[in-house]
Parts: sequence; C-alpha cells; structure tokens
Amino acid sequence: MSSGKSLLDKVWNAHAVRELPSGQSQLFVGLHLIHEVTSPQAFAMLRELGLPVRFPERTFATVDHIIPTASQARPLADSLAEEMLVSLEKSTREAGIPFFDPASGKQGVVHVIGPELGLTQPGMTIACGDSHTSTHGAFGAVAFGIGTSQVRDVLATQCLAMARPQLRRIDVTGKLASGVYAKDVILTIIRQLGVKGGVGYAYEYAGPVIKAMTIEERLTVCNMSIEGGARCGYVNPDATTIEYLKGREYSPSGAEWEPATRHWLGMASDADAHYDHIVEIDGSRLAPSVTWGIHPGQSVAIDECLPRLADAPREAQPGLAEAFDYMGLRPGEKIAGSKIDVAFIGSCTNGRISDLREAARVAKTGQVASGVRTLVVPGSQAVAREAEAEGLPEIFRSAGFDWREAGCSMCLAMNPDKLVGRELCASSSNRNFKGRQGSPTGRTLLMSPAMVAAAAIRGEVTDVREVI
Amino acid sequence: MSASNITRVAGRGCALRGNDIDTDRIIPARFLRCVSFDGLGEHAFEDDREQAKGDHPLDDERNRGAAILVVDHNFGSGSSREHAPQALTRRGFKAFVGGSFAEIFAGNCVALGLPCVTLDDDDRSQLMDSLELDRNQEVVVDLEARTVTSRSGRMTCGVADGARQQLLGGSWDATAVLLEAGEAIEATAAKLPYVSGYAP
Ligand code: SF4
Repeated sequence: MSSGKSLLDKVWNAHAVRELPSGQSQLFVGLHLIHEVTSPQAFAMLRELGLPVRFPERTFATVDHIIPTASQARPLADSLAEEMLVSLEKSTREAGIPFFDPASGKQGVVHVIGPELGLTQPGMTIACGDSHTSTHGAFGAVAFGIGTSQVRDVLATQCLAMARPQLRRIDVTGKLASGVYAKDVILTIIRQLGVKGGVGYAYEYAGPVIKAMTIEERLTVCNMSIEGGARCGYVNPDATTIEYLKGREYSPSGAEWEPATRHWLGMASDADAHYDHIVEIDGSRLAPSVTWGIHPGQSVAIDECLPRLADAPREAQPGLAEAFDYMGLRPGEKIAGSKIDVAFIGSCTNGRISDLREAARVAKTGQVASGVRTLVVPGSQAVAREAEAEGLPEIFRSAGFDWREAGCSMCLAMNPDKLVGRELCASSSNRNFKGRQGSPTGRTLLMSPAMVAAAAIRGEVTDVREVI
Repeated sequence: MSASNITRVAGRGCALRGNDIDTDRIIPARFLRCVSFDGLGEHAFEDDREQAKGDHPLDDERNRGAAILVVDHNFGSGSSREHAPQALTRRGFKAFVGGSFAEIFAGNCVALGLPCVTLDDDDRSQLMDSLELDRNQEVVVDLEARTVTSRSGRMTCGVADGARQQLLGGSWDATAVLLEAGEAIEATAAKLPYVSGYAP
C-alpha cells in the first residue's frame, strides 16, 4: 500500500473547506477566470440573490469568444456581441474585478492569458466557465471547467462542490520524432482511451516525452483533457514550470519567489503516490495525427488508412458510418490528399507563440494554394506583440496567409469567422463536432499548427515531414 | 433560497438515438450570443433538426410535451455551456435517461435540478423501442428507488450518489449549501501560501 500523495491529493486537501453531506468536497477556488459567454447569466443570478462577489481579487475577466478578429473597434458590429461585452464591463466594474479588455493590451483567449500573465500557478485550484479550463493543469494546477450555475457559486462563495475524481497516470515514453508535436500526443491519447475514457478521472501526464515538453506544449496536451472526457488533467511542476513563471506580471517576486518555487515543487506527486490506473504510450512511435470524423477521438496517423466499418465492433458501426457520411470521406482511404478549403491556425490549444513559430517555419516554404482561405489568429494580444517583434506576421502575409487580431476566432461559431456550407477546414483547434466552426454542415480536420500550415500550402492534407 | 426535493420525475418519454451527442449539437454556438437563457428552448438541436428535415424526434408531433429524454452514450460531451440543459429544460425536459453522460453536462443538470440516470444497454434499447411504439405511455424516474418504470417494466437505473443525495435532499442549488460554510471559507484561503504569502 503506497503512502505517498499525488498532486491531486495535495491540492485537494489544501483547498477542502469541508465535506458536504452529498459526499462531495467544498473546494476553495484559488483563481476564477471569467469571460463574456458564461458569466452574464451568473451575475444576473447573483443580483437576484442579493449576494456580492466574495473574492473579487481572485477573479479575472477577459473577452474572447465573441470578439471579431478583423477589427476589435467598438461598438462591435454584431449588436448581440456588443451587448455581451457591455454586460461584462458593467458586472466587472461593479464588483471590482480586473477586466483585460482589448484596450488593456492584455486581452486574449482566457486559457492563453492566464498562463502568460502568471495568474496560473502550481498547486492552485482554478475554475472557469469554459470546458478547456483543463489547460491550466500544465502548471500542476487542478483546473475545472464549470457551467453557469457553478460560476454563480464561485462568484458568491469562491467555492465549488466537487467529487474527487480518480487518478490515471498517462506515461508517454521515448522521444518524439521531428514533425510530431504535443497536438499529436494528445490526439493519440484520446484516440486510444476514447472520448469518454476519462469520465470520472483526472489525468496526470508524465513520462520522458511530457518531461521534455515546454510549458506551451504541456498547455496543448492538458487543453484537450476534456476531449478525452477527463474532469481535469495536469503535469507535475518542475524546473520548466518555474523557469516559465519567473518574472511574469502576477508571479511571486522578491522575497516571495524562492519560497514559492520550493512550495511548488513540493506539490508534485510523490514517487509512491497512488494511481487508480496507469497507461503507457510509446511516444517514439507517434506520427502526425489528423482527425477524420466528428469527435476528437476519431483520428488517424497521416500515413494510416481510415478505419473500415467491418473491422469495428458492431455497436460502433453506426457511429462510424454517421461520421463518414457527414465528413464525405470513405472508409479504408488515406486522409492525406484531401482537398481543404480553409486553414485555421489559432485557439487555446495552439494559438501560442511557439505554435505560430512552427507554422511560420512551414509558411516560409511556399505560398498558400489558390482557393484556400486562411486565418492565423494569435491567442492573445501579448502573443501578437511577440509575433510582431519576431517578424512572423510578415512571413505569414508574404506566404499569403491572413494575419488577424487575438480571439477564439474560427474555433467556434460565435464571431464573424465561420465556415460556409460544407467547407473542409484544416484546424489547429480542439473540436471537430458537427457544425462547430459555424456552418451546420462545415467539416473540421484537427491537426497540429505546422500540419495546418502544410495543408494550406499544398491545398490538401499533407504530411508536414515532407515539407520541413 | 431553497431548492425543492426531487424524488421522482414522471412524464412522457422521447427517444433520441445516437452516441456522443455533443453540446454544439444540443445548442449551436451562435445561440450563445445572449445575456439570458430565455428563448433558448426553441433553438435546441436546431441544426440537427434542420438537417433531419422534420424527421427529428424533437419535431415529431407525437413527442410534444415529453418530459423525459432518453439518449444513448456520452450525451452532452464537449463544452461546459449550461445553455445545453437550459435549452432542453426550456423545451420541457425534466429528466434524462441515458447510457452515459459527459461529466460537466451531468453536473450542470444537477445544478438545475434535472436528474441524469443511466440504464444498461439492453434495458435502454428496450425502453427506446417501446417509446417509439407507444408514445403515450408514462415513464417514471424514481430517484429514491433507483428505478425507471414504463410499459416495458421496472428497470434498475444508475445515478451518481452525490447527485442523488443533492436532488433527494433538496441541496442541488449549491450556492446555499456552500454559503453555509461561512467564515471557514476565508479560514481555508488564509492557509494557502498563494493567498497569505510565501515568505515566512
Ligand atoms: S479557443 Fe475555442 S476552445 Fe478555446 S476558449 Fe475559445 S472557443 Fe473555447
């Protein structure tokens, strides 16, 4: 019987206010991030109850989903979007919550700005009314996506009622080959464990491949934990984590820094921690991955054939047939060579500076194929500035890519960036659900940003290893 | 503020087949451009219904007024948008019976007092078949007894203990429960080094 504690245990125990009669824990939330989509109704509920925001100093807001990426000028052209933005401005002002709006220079996708501002720190509990809150686990935080009623709970009490999940460690062994990215690691994990394989679990990502990753790569992996059904996902804090946090706006500094780093490292799982389940994935064998279907578990390696219905268990066949039918793809064929209409580089999965650098490296090798519409969208205003300082927009523009302003953009259909009709989109985002990118019949192929850039240049799904 | 005790939900059932029905399908993102949940009901499954050209269970006149939605596996996967259960409840659904549910969706349902219960595959397909043959039958989801009863018999259902407790005990509206902790919240916060300071 192991006696050590996992990071999940340590964070849970430190934040448990009390046990509830339901068997859940009342957990204190160390960082509450809010945005315009899921908070207006929560503020309205709070007003109805006559309750104040309990910890405004632990709450931070930004605007991302509805913001246009062609121009952020006010008032927004879409009056519904403007109304949401005004509502968030008013609620945050009244409650004294910092709001990183476009004028602040710190606006961006909520899961991009939390880390880059140093708000996201190891050992914290984090909540946000957005399923991809799991992203913040890259720092060794326990981060939950929540619904609007829970946003209300956190605003009113800074707490959540939560059942402690079981813990699965996913060891990614070996070393990634060139042209294989964090996105390919997480797509492979979801494919192997299934889109509901993580239900009831927190995922701890470990092993040499994860250890060797930068924070930005870990963010990509943790981002899609929710796509695998897990309640949250994290990586133990280490020297890479500490290095990243040094000097960030909200990081501890001065006399606080040293003890903070010691505390953070102490939050990592003990060597003899208990895991409910352990799986191992050989990272050396991974190839660039592409989704072909209508959920993120339906992916193949670029050099592999699409599944055949006959090879699948009978109960899985209707689901596969539906996916093939919607996507207009044929079982047994290769995904490479599929002609694309749109290429989207961005989102909280892959809209960071390292993603843009990799995509730019590919963009340098050619010109966007004729007939392909492109969008390169930095995840935040800070990422945009960094990219500009490195000359990346120039590289993209001269290759024929459209360089935009920060936001969620074509990851989902809440702003003007949308697919039209049955367009096929190579996308660095995280969801390939039917209709996700704005056209009810639009089709999405998820892949790494470098793969998206390669597809844009060739006009068809391409193995990026042939290009770089 | 107090929530009512939810022990059983009874009403007509509507079968909606298919695994992995995600929240983008339940309520497409363009309808999230709103500051209130009112009016979401009419847009539930809008794109799926449009594509089914009237052949969607939600457009079937015979399902009108159904209170219990019977679904397959991994229902409600994807985004955390509470707009999904909000849209369904505004359409009249008061409980969900399925193979399995995505966790955030199920959690959102509890917060709205909507039970999500699971049936094993045989029982569920029997219930769906029977609902499609006879839409006027009453389906009863009994949380106390952990059963789903219909013309096809009394079936044992699964329901997460925590959720069942909250619904039965009327504590599903979590704000009131969490507020009861009082100053213990501030006391817990004060013990966290990132709140109180790392330096000794
Ligand atoms: S980039 Fe996409 S997944 Fe991320 S927060 Fe925005 S809409 Fe959600």
